[in-house]
Amino acid sequence: MTTQGRVWVFGDNIDTDGIIPARYLTTFDAKELGAHCMEDVDPEFSSKVKPGDVLVAGKNFGCGSSREHAVLAIKGAGIAAVLAESFARIFFRNAINTGLLVLEADGVRGVFDTGDTVRVDVKSGTIVNETKGRSLTAKPVPAFIQEILDAGGLMEYAKKKLQTDAR
Amino acid sequence: MGMTITEKILAAHSGNKQVRPDDLIMAKVDFVMGNDVTAPLAISQLKKYGLGGVFDLSRVALVPSHFSPPKDIKAANNVRVLREFAKEKGIVNFFELGAAGIEHALLPEQGLVLPGDLVIGADSHTCTYGALGAFSTGVGSTDLAYAIAMGEVWLKVPPSLKFCYEGKRQPYVYGKDLILYTIGHVGVDGALYCAMEFVGGVIESMSIQERLTMCNMAIEAGGKSGIISPDATTEAFVKPRAKRPYSFYASDEDAEYERIYEFCVDGIEPQVALPNLPSNACPISEVGEVKIDQAFLGSCTNGCLEDLEIGAKVIKGKRVHSDVRLIVIPATPTIYKDAMEKGILKTFLEAGAVVSTPTCGPCLGGYMGVLGDGEKAVSSSNRNFVGRMGSPKSEVYLANPAVVAASAVAGKIVHPDDVQ
Ligand code: SF4
Repeated sequence: MTTQGRVWVFGDNIDTDGIIPARYLTTFDAKELGAHCMEDVDPEFSSKVKPGDVLVAGKNFGCGSSREHAVLAIKGAGIAAVLAESFARIFFRNAINTGLLVLEADGVRGVFDTGDTVRVDVKSGTIVNETKGRSLTAKPVPAFIQEILDAGGLMEYAKKKLQTDAR
Repeated sequence: MGMTITEKILAAHSGNKQVRPDDLIMAKVDFVMGNDVTAPLAISQLKKYGLGGVFDLSRVALVPSHFSPPKDIKAANNVRVLREFAKEKGIVNFFELGAAGIEHALLPEQGLVLPGDLVIGADSHTCTYGALGAFSTGVGSTDLAYAIAMGEVWLKVPPSLKFCYEGKRQPYVYGKDLILYTIGHVGVDGALYCAMEFVGGVIESMSIQERLTMCNMAIEAGGKSGIISPDATTEAFVKPRAKRPYSFYASDEDAEYERIYEFCVDGIEPQVALPNLPSNACPISEVGEVKIDQAFLGSCTNGCLEDLEIGAKVIKGKRVHSDVRLIVIPATPTIYKDAMEKGILKTFLEAGAVVSTPTCGPCLGGYMGVLGDGEKAVSSSNRNFVGRMGSPKSEVYLANPAVVAASAVAGKIVHPDDVQ
């Protein structure tokens, strides 16, 4: 599976209040949340972002609260993947559990400028900046996590497990 | 080879003799918690995927605290989702209004989370319960849904970092100051994915409340968990409340740590985290002139009886500055009642503060004290991200309860000695 899209670059420590401010947490409708994605970091972001776009960020992306609304807001805004130097762990779990493509790659932020085009090959973890002709490789995904991803997220994984246990 | 307390708890819950950092395990959970922000999404997931069972009706807590008492119709409907789910399934630990408080103060107080437990909660500050010697970590709504149905959670065994504190604390230096100092030292991602183990003479001399405060903020350094070995202080706290058996674990002498930090606390002043990261910790003598519009004493970090007592002692017989709003929020109904009986609430009211019913409220810019454009607040809570307590143009300074109370009197951020 590959995904290709236009890149938006963000810095280090983008926190969950930045991704989706608490004032919108009374809903978990992805579209509604998506309309406020990154609002306090870049107020115009949700009007500029297009479906299939990719976020590239520095260290510790998604730090702060456990709100899965952050993943929903990103998905709701149509963003296809987040590539970062590192992720905060709860955000990372939430992304894996709900099937948002997240890849960690050392130095990824330095290779992109906003507006570049990226191509990501998910299986091999190859990340290519098509605009600049540079590429790098993401950290491999552990087998167990791949199992959750292959099942289509944690809830599908649970369903399968219960069915197997019942047999 | 030896194991850390964290590794021992994770091994015991995953049916392994030994676990090592980076092992991926499926572990049994002892207790699961969700709140009014995270649980509605989890409940909708359970419905969507047709998972109707609850792994253990006595080991799930649903606590509306963030926007409860409901601040608007949407918030009220979220609480309704929790209430109806709890009723339908027969979940006993549903806490509303008269019984509800901030989850991380409520669960230890009610004896629901215990030493040796593996606890997950759909709230990032679930790491708080490590103060009792439990492995406890925050997860998202889907993890919560999975755990409610299956009674387990997938985890990567975290490497452990050891933080050792020795020496003699200055007056007005509390667990809050030591954790702010530590986060300032290692940075907001300094403990990313790691278990933060707090040890040393200073930790041993701390009350449970201070330990809870320290473990509460492990997440602010990126930590997966914070943990303190249970001891006689833990036993004294837990014994009268526990509703089921518990076990004490301790790290082996030869346990492996990714890194060991040693701090001598003698020279550490009360700390203030400047906007907009908890890691911007600064000794109070170097903060400079910061005029404030609001002071907030509450939250899961510093909203317990001991915290209110500390604040009340500083403010007794003084007046809140005419340019400042002081908001005091006891974290649970029991704390509220105890603070009332001890005259603490009266002290605050006489000083010109407002006292609210237990809620997270202002801590996350929810309601009950949201900041406007350009306003500055000093807060006993744990986060000062952009927009955390309201307008993205406002600023939050994190501090301990004594500094919050003193600053409310002075109208600017000051050392408690400056108002005596
Ligand atoms: S008091 Fe603040 S940090 Fe604690 S649970 Fe509530 S919102 Fe979260």
